[in-house]
Amino acid sequence: MSGAAGERVRPPWALLAPALMLFVGVVVTPLVMTLMLSFHDWGQYKGIEPVFILKNWQEIWSDSYFHEMFARTFRISVLATLITVLLGAPEAYILNRMRAPWKGFFLLVILGPLLISVVARTLGWALLFGGNNGVVNMALMRLGVISGPLPFMFTETGVIVALAHVLMPFMVLSVWAALQKIDPQVENAAMSLGASHATVLRRIILPQIMPGLLSGGIIVFSLAASAFATPAIIGGRRLKVASTLAYDEFLNTLNWPLGAAVAVLLLVALILIVVSSNALIERRYAEVFR
Amino acid sequence: MSYLDLDRVTKRFGDYAAVNGIALGVTKGEFVSLLGPSGCGKTTTLQMIAGFVELSEGAIRLDGRDLARVRPAERGLGIVFQSYALFPHMTAAENVAFGLEMRGVARAEREARVGEALSLVGLKGYESRYPRRMSGGQQQRVALARALVIRPAILLLDEPLSNLDAKLREEMQIELRQIQRNLGTTTVLVTHDQNEAMALSDRIVVMNRGVIEQIGTPQQVYEAPASAFVAQFLGKTNEFAGVAGGGRFTLAGLSLPAPPQLSGPVTLSVRPERMRFAAEGGLGARVIARIFQGNHWLTQLETEAGPAILIAQNSGGAVPAEGERVRIVWAPEDATLRPSGGSGR
Repeated sequence: MSGAAGERVRPPWALLAPALMLFVGVVVTPLVMTLMLSFHDWGQYKGIEPVFILKNWQEIWSDSYFHEMFARTFRISVLATLITVLLGAPEAYILNRMRAPWKGFFLLVILGPLLISVVARTLGWALLFGGNNGVVNMALMRLGVISGPLPFMFTETGVIVALAHVLMPFMVLSVWAALQKIDPQVENAAMSLGASHATVLRRIILPQIMPGLLSGGIIVFSLAASAFATPAIIGGRRLKVASTLAYDEFLNTLNWPLGAAVAVLLLVALILIVVSSNALIERRYAEVFR
Repeated sequence: MSYLDLDRVTKRFGDYAAVNGIALGVTKGEFVSLLGPSGCGKTTTLQMIAGFVELSEGAIRLDGRDLARVRPAERGLGIVFQSYALFPHMTAAENVAFGLEMRGVARAEREARVGEALSLVGLKGYESRYPRRMSGGQQQRVALARALVIRPAILLLDEPLSNLDAKLREEMQIELRQIQRNLGTTTVLVTHDQNEAMALSDRIVVMNRGVIEQIGTPQQVYEAPASAFVAQFLGKTNEFAGVAGGGRFTLAGLSLPAPPQLSGPVTLSVRPERMRFAAEGGLGARVIARIFQGNHWLTQLETEAGPAILIAQNSGGAVPAEGERVRIVWAPEDATLRPSGGSGR
């Protein structure tokens, strides 16, 4: 560096200021305010009282209703992530092995849905499986395959399937990125040493795409856990998850402090889960991440 | 009958024949190089032997058995790839052990053979290293050990040394040759580097545009190139255009004996190191430039028959200076005569 030893280089605060102010203004401040809000009191007739109490947190802690909501959110996110892993990883692998014109075409097919609003994509599921009038339900009933409509709307299965569909591109993309880093000759090398296709996938390809599966998993899990539109449309108010619960507390019950506590808890839980699973898998597959 | 037999092997991609009717027999224990410029079909040939690319026509037989229906995993060949293709998530020992594991070799024997293979390539003590923590040369050795440990019927080397620096490459050439001699493994090497092919091979197969130009020992292809392509591809060569007829050959006023069947325009080629400066006789020439290269001098000449280069060993004697008029001669047996525009072009 140009400065002599001992001379302190002043951080370029002036240059950092605009970005810093934006960050503090739109990210840090609302978060801190939400956190503070969760400690305020609320009553049907008195509204929000800016005091410091643990009432909301105690309620979440002790009421099994909230436990159920969070357990359901966790269950839905884990299963949706699992589905994207099971379907998305092979999808990415096949995509990666395709030849020139088809590769681009199918990449577009996979990424195309990202250009459409989540609401529209979720409503598609409602059109297909929505009660007696759902297209698929009607067709299957006419064919006599089923006697009543398939239970999809307002079920956990429905939310999981719709979330997995909506978030699939994120998994495919991250696995695909990992696949592209693999030396294409590695598969030939393993085969020449006597490995079957299945063994090549399990022993050679899978360990090398673990970083992609992990980052895809983290993206899908956190998006699924905090998703609002999909559980709101498919689950409705009968099947609430953490995010729709917070929404209802804010906008229907108008109990902002309780809603804030739910939102903060969701954020903290997500951070803990993501960071710890990341550390766990990174340690297990240390050599691949280098 | 040869151990590995390529019988009129052809590979077409659309209308383009990457490999066009190659016939080659490799005897057991032999080291054969496929040498040629990029796009000559040598790598495609190797991939067909390995089973990664299907043949359009012809057959490949190993020890009399047709390989057409044998999957790559069952051919039992050891392959060293240009990129080494090591498994990055496995240690050196795990990489080498993989082939043995696939063959169901028991743990104790596996460990013994892995240790053996790693010490064969001089990597004892590197068992638990990961490929990314090894130098290019070390990775290369792991790849070689991995291919050899399964005691392959044939060792296929796909430009194995091209990613190493010059000094390391020479060391590896010597080592590779020694290992191959000691084990007696039949080896097919694909390379574009003529020095590598000459240093390692028992026989060289010179390929160009999907066909074989010449098969022969390194000396044969170097000293007696069968075509202009071979002459130019292997080492430097001087070519002079002349006219032949009636058992004589004329070149810029010189009249030299020629095979009686030759007539019309012919090309005479002489290796630069086979030409000498002389007081009289031969071709007249002028020295354009001379370059000192330590053990030899490289002189660029403008002769009566066209430009030429001459390599003179540095034996301490004087070398003609730039601009000097000289005469150059060569022994008749060091020159090759070919009809011009002939074979292989």
